[in-house]
Amino acid sequence: MNQPLTLTAAQKAGPKLTAVALGAVLAVLIAMPLLHLLPADHALHVSAYSLTLVGKILCYAIVALALDLVWGYAGLLSLGHGLFFALGGYAMGMYLMRQSAGDGLPAFMSFLAWTELPWYWYGTSSFLWAMCLVVLAPGLLAFVFGFFAFRSRIKGVYFSIMTQALTFAGMLLFFRNETGFGGNNGFTDFRTILGFPIAAPGTRAMLFLATVALLAGSLLLGWKLARSKFGRVLTALRDAENRLMFCGYDPRGYKLFIWTLSAVLCGLAGALYVPQVGIINPSEMAPTQSIEAAVWVALGGRGTLIGPLLGAGIVNGMKSWFTVAFPEYWLFALGALFIIVTLFLPKGVIGLVRRRGEP
Amino acid sequence: MNTALHRILLLLLLALPWAAQAGDATDYAHASPARQAKLLEHWAAAPAPERLPLIEALRANRVAIDQDKTPFIEEAGGYRALEGDAEPVGTPKKLRLNNRLRGLLNTALASHQLFADDPAQRLSAAKRLQRSGKPEQLALLEQRLEAEDDPAVSEALTLALANLQLDAADPAVRLAAVRLLGETGAPMARVRLENLLADEAETDAAVRKAAETSLAQVKRKLLFGELLGQAFSGLSLGSILLLAALGLAITFGLLGVINMAHGEMLMLGAYTTYMVQVLMARLAPEALAFYPLVALPVAFFVTAAIGMALERTVIRHLYGRPLETLLATWGISLILIQAVRVLFGAQNVEVANPGWLSGGLQVLPNLVLPYNRMVIIGFALFVVLLTWLLLNKTRLGLNVRAVTQNRNMAACCGVPTGRIDMLAFGLGSGIAGLGGVALSQIGNVGPDLGQGYIIDSFLVVVLGGVGQLAGSIFAAFGLGIANKILEPQIGAVLGKILILALIILFIQKRPQGLFALKGRVID
Repeated sequence: MNQPLTLTAAQKAGPKLTAVALGAVLAVLIAMPLLHLLPADHALHVSAYSLTLVGKILCYAIVALALDLVWGYAGLLSLGHGLFFALGGYAMGMYLMRQSAGDGLPAFMSFLAWTELPWYWYGTSSFLWAMCLVVLAPGLLAFVFGFFAFRSRIKGVYFSIMTQALTFAGMLLFFRNETGFGGNNGFTDFRTILGFPIAAPGTRAMLFLATVALLAGSLLLGWKLARSKFGRVLTALRDAENRLMFCGYDPRGYKLFIWTLSAVLCGLAGALYVPQVGIINPSEMAPTQSIEAAVWVALGGRGTLIGPLLGAGIVNGMKSWFTVAFPEYWLFALGALFIIVTLFLPKGVIGLVRRRGEP
Repeated sequence: MNTALHRILLLLLLALPWAAQAGDATDYAHASPARQAKLLEHWAAAPAPERLPLIEALRANRVAIDQDKTPFIEEAGGYRALEGDAEPVGTPKKLRLNNRLRGLLNTALASHQLFADDPAQRLSAAKRLQRSGKPEQLALLEQRLEAEDDPAVSEALTLALANLQLDAADPAVRLAAVRLLGETGAPMARVRLENLLADEAETDAAVRKAAETSLAQVKRKLLFGELLGQAFSGLSLGSILLLAALGLAITFGLLGVINMAHGEMLMLGAYTTYMVQVLMARLAPEALAFYPLVALPVAFFVTAAIGMALERTVIRHLYGRPLETLLATWGISLILIQAVRVLFGAQNVEVANPGWLSGGLQVLPNLVLPYNRMVIIGFALFVVLLTWLLLNKTRLGLNVRAVTQNRNMAACCGVPTGRIDMLAFGLGSGIAGLGGVALSQIGNVGPDLGQGYIIDSFLVVVLGGVGQLAGSIFAAFGLGIANKILEPQIGAVLGKILILALIILFIQKRPQGLFALKGRVID
């Protein structure tokens, strides 16, 4: 894997074919929200349930993409990306809570007999500041954690364990009632966003389109990064950090940048996830959630950018189907998936496709 | 004729005390609830040993009255008159107790038990009176205190007395009581003194001042016990972390892989204990008390076998790819948890402490050391000793250490590294299984048991460094004690976060953990 897989795959298949496939998927994704706007009895109508489900999976796909940037390119397996996702979600959720509460305190705070807002929630009634928080909260946390972690050259399983402990600590903190994050129930019962009713078809369609735009934008950004010199240095860092250092590079800055960027992408995905799904609670920070994101990436193929998106789609599609059809067996299937992917699909689905393509 | 008269008189005289007591049950049965309360208060202040059966029967709800309000005691198969030998008219009705009467009854019972021959009974009675004593009992307590010769009971009585004297009208008496409370180190005294000082309950300035001094004195005495208690629970938590992390440290040091399914080995060990308990209750109920001892080897072999099977089938194929191993073992852990959930149900299963593991040792008034936790601390150290012997005094241990230090060189010297990997993985899993037996004795046994410990035990490994027993021991006990000391100060959650932050900072200084293996290899 000297070169990012996508590049080689794209070169092999010819740029035209890849572009056509991507364009078709994009067209379908843009058509879905428009079809949702059709009257409910129309034959091509897309139900709110399917739109929400696909929107949710798209948000997860952004997380997978962000994780691929750090794991696939820089070789840092994060088991704590759920924390960044949830932080973005919570910042957005608080804005939505303030919207539905009007001038008063959000319902969960008045329920606990709080009289004033904790300092860290100041200004969240403004959409702009809430958006800043969506970027700043995960970005700053990732920056500080990454600064210390990369300075002492924590990597490999050590890094994974520390990120897992980080998200676990975050979950404990957000579970508490007195910390002002809504406790066990989190934030829910949203009504309006920017004055528009949140469940209206038009709002849903807009949110969906925003998610598609973010996904497409991140993919493009990832692509550009991977092709740049920066991306090549990251790959070198993953494969032989010591040699890279002998060549005179300082890996810390590279790692810190990609790590923080990845966290911010997760935060944005979380912010789009919350208004579509309608709830955010601490279980999003559970270590289980973050480690599940790793299997999306592994299943799709690390370091391919497209693969993780496929992986997120496949695993979450399977999950939706399994939890309805055989709820008992979903964990067996997920566990088996972890084992099968690591044992038999080291390069993921994309690798499989590519191998088939070769004579 | 004369003699006959004398005889009757004598009989009457003999019967007199009995008759007087005999009135109690009848009195009580005839009284209204308000009058019953009065009677109970009176009995509490002036106990008489003959009244004890009546009070005990009342407390056990075994007293019934018939249509004539004659009191009876309910016994197996019938009713016996409490006084005289009347037969019940009609079906007797149980005497009802309300909460107030029940409280008064307990106080009265305690008063009566102050006269018991058994010091333990007197002690428990005095202790109950510390909480529920009534002003009318003052004289009684003073009298009993003088007659008491057991030091422990004396002390308990003193406290009960001082507690009552705090309500006395005379400031001098209150002052003396406050000083007395200050000299004891009882948790009860602290509450009482705090109440006295709160809300200006005490008006006399001198008494207030003395109460403040006494409170400080009591707090100082209690502080010692509290600190010891925290240190003990820290040791207890540390010993569990040690059992959980020891195997992890061995496999991580040897193979460089993190086994995410390690927590599930704890869980399987605990479920094995449950199975052993159920089987022994059915097959050998007379030896049931020793089921944890039987469970130890069984759990070790079960989890070791599962661990070795995992190593052979999955982990073996992922050598050199630690991150993939992490994901694969996570998948295994999901499957194990769900399998247990399907087999045993999602609810916790019941694992009971045998008699010799329940209860505790009272060291200080506010410090009880539970036997099960003490045994587990000892057990953890014992397991560490065994592991040390195994790693340092046997051929297997020599090979394990050789492979840990340099796999290629060991293989060149003829060490069968594949076999060693498998055995070491089995050993690590088996130790986790032993930890599971220990955990089943102090906590709930459910499918998610392992998940709660896995992150903490990883932190132990990270902090302690790999392949070093001493590192694991220091890190486990250090983390356990730090957790328990921070918990009451800043809360369990903030404590955990602070510890995590400290570990990250610590790794800045010592990236290889507390005890690093010396080596010249760079990846």
